[in-house]
Amino acid sequence: MTALPENTQAGGPILEVANLRKTYGDKVVLADIDLTVSPSDVICLIGASGSGKSTLLRCLNLLEEIDDGVVVFQGEEVSDPRCDRRAVRGRMGMVFQSFNLFPHLTVLDNVTLAPRKVHGVPRREAEERARELLSRFGLADKADAHPDRLSGGQQQRVALVRALATRPALLLLDEITAALDPELVGEVLGIVRDLAAEGTTMVLATHEMAFAREVATSVCFLEDGRILESGPPAQIFSAPREERTRQFLRRVLSAG
Amino acid sequence: MTAAWQPSERELERRAVRRRLALRSRTIATLAVVVFLGVTLAAILGSPGWPRVQETFFSAEHARASFGEIWSGFWRYNVVIFLIAEPLILVLGLALAVARQARSPWLTPVRGLAVVYTDLFRGVPTLLLVMLFGFGMPALQLQGVPNSGLFWAIVALVVSYAAYVAEVFRAGIESIHPSQTSSADALGLSRGQAMRYVVVPQAVRRVIPPLLNDFVSLQKDTALVFVVGVLDGVWAAQDYGNYNFNYTPLVVVALFFVVLTIPLARLTDWLQRRMAERERAGLR
Repeated sequence: MTALPENTQAGGPILEVANLRKTYGDKVVLADIDLTVSPSDVICLIGASGSGKSTLLRCLNLLEEIDDGVVVFQGEEVSDPRCDRRAVRGRMGMVFQSFNLFPHLTVLDNVTLAPRKVHGVPRREAEERARELLSRFGLADKADAHPDRLSGGQQQRVALVRALATRPALLLLDEITAALDPELVGEVLGIVRDLAAEGTTMVLATHEMAFAREVATSVCFLEDGRILESGPPAQIFSAPREERTRQFLRRVLSAG
Repeated sequence: MTAAWQPSERELERRAVRRRLALRSRTIATLAVVVFLGVTLAAILGSPGWPRVQETFFSAEHARASFGEIWSGFWRYNVVIFLIAEPLILVLGLALAVARQARSPWLTPVRGLAVVYTDLFRGVPTLLLVMLFGFGMPALQLQGVPNSGLFWAIVALVVSYAAYVAEVFRAGIESIHPSQTSSADALGLSRGQAMRYVVVPQAVRRVIPPLLNDFVSLQKDTALVFVVGVLDGVWAAQDYGNYNFNYTPLVVVALFFVVLTIPLARLTDWLQRRMAERERAGLR
């Protein structure tokens, strides 16, 4: 049982990744990944499908075991096999492309499950905070509904609330708008924009270039499992150094 | 303000055609059923042996005379044994299925035992288990547990059916998409918590229909307790039949079994409907 952490973190980076490598059999999916995330950073991972964005996020959240390199989260080396994965995940939030809400639980129970069972928050207190978050994100009237009665955009907003309910020090968002109808993308991105404005530290994989340009403090372009180029959004989108980045951006921007 | 909608000529015509087609298919269906039943009944009732079969299997007089004894055997043993065994089977079966999913190194022996258990008890015919338990266990003269053959026959049924039910639960648990576990992991839930709050509740809902199959099967297998000398419904029927050279009681007890399974089927329907409704509820 770990108590809910305070949202503010003492100075120094929240997450440091050095030389991360991940393979599936002979296939190298991530190599030489270096990444530093400081408080209030919003790091956008961009790149083609299969470039390793999702795998990188899953490695950071210890859902995948890495094959080399080091991941340090809040000063603790979490890539050490002896590290307590549960405690680490309790301090990170993750939202998936496919929402992954628990279909048999109401929205309120989805949101309060982790605070109650992992962090030992009493039910009443957990529900109070959950309702507060839900109403902030325009979901107050959905608290007692089951997920399959909600639209995709509402489900994804609930998933965001669920991830935020434990006051994570770092929020990982894995292409959270990729499964949504175009007219629902805005309502989800709006929340992420608000969170960024509040100083929430985030790493997100996204295909929404305009959005990345707007909210990111730093953009990383991944290709074939490597970070080919990274920098402030203005530079990456206006004056990419690498030819491959330029090609990728031309492709996605003309399609969009 | 536009005028109220009136069906067009074409639509009225279509409706008439639909009505005609519906009438036609109803007529055909009725005819088919009547012809089928007529031919089958004529074949049976017209067969040379029918009067004799009617006398031996469908004698109203013997049905009345044997009813009381069969009913008391059926109620006292088949129904009561089922009611005692089924909850125990569900609990043991779920425990076995969950034990098999355990990943903690401390629980390796538990996991191994669960595998051996299913392999062993699913492999042995239930009748054989009832005999082995029913005669073998009382002979051990264990202290602190009943030594009646009936008690151990029920234990044998529980042991045997729990093995089947465990596999049903396991299939349900494994059918839950891994993204659900990923999601639970990402929230910091332990494996046990993920099982308890996320996976098992969803799995149980999914396996209700196959579980009903095993329920019905168990209802029928309660007749196996006759081997330890219990006068259940089936044996009572046989007993009567042997004394009176008439098989009508067998038909009577067969009907009892059929009637017993019907409420169970309705109960399952109701349970599933209620769950579906609950998931739809709460939307304001």
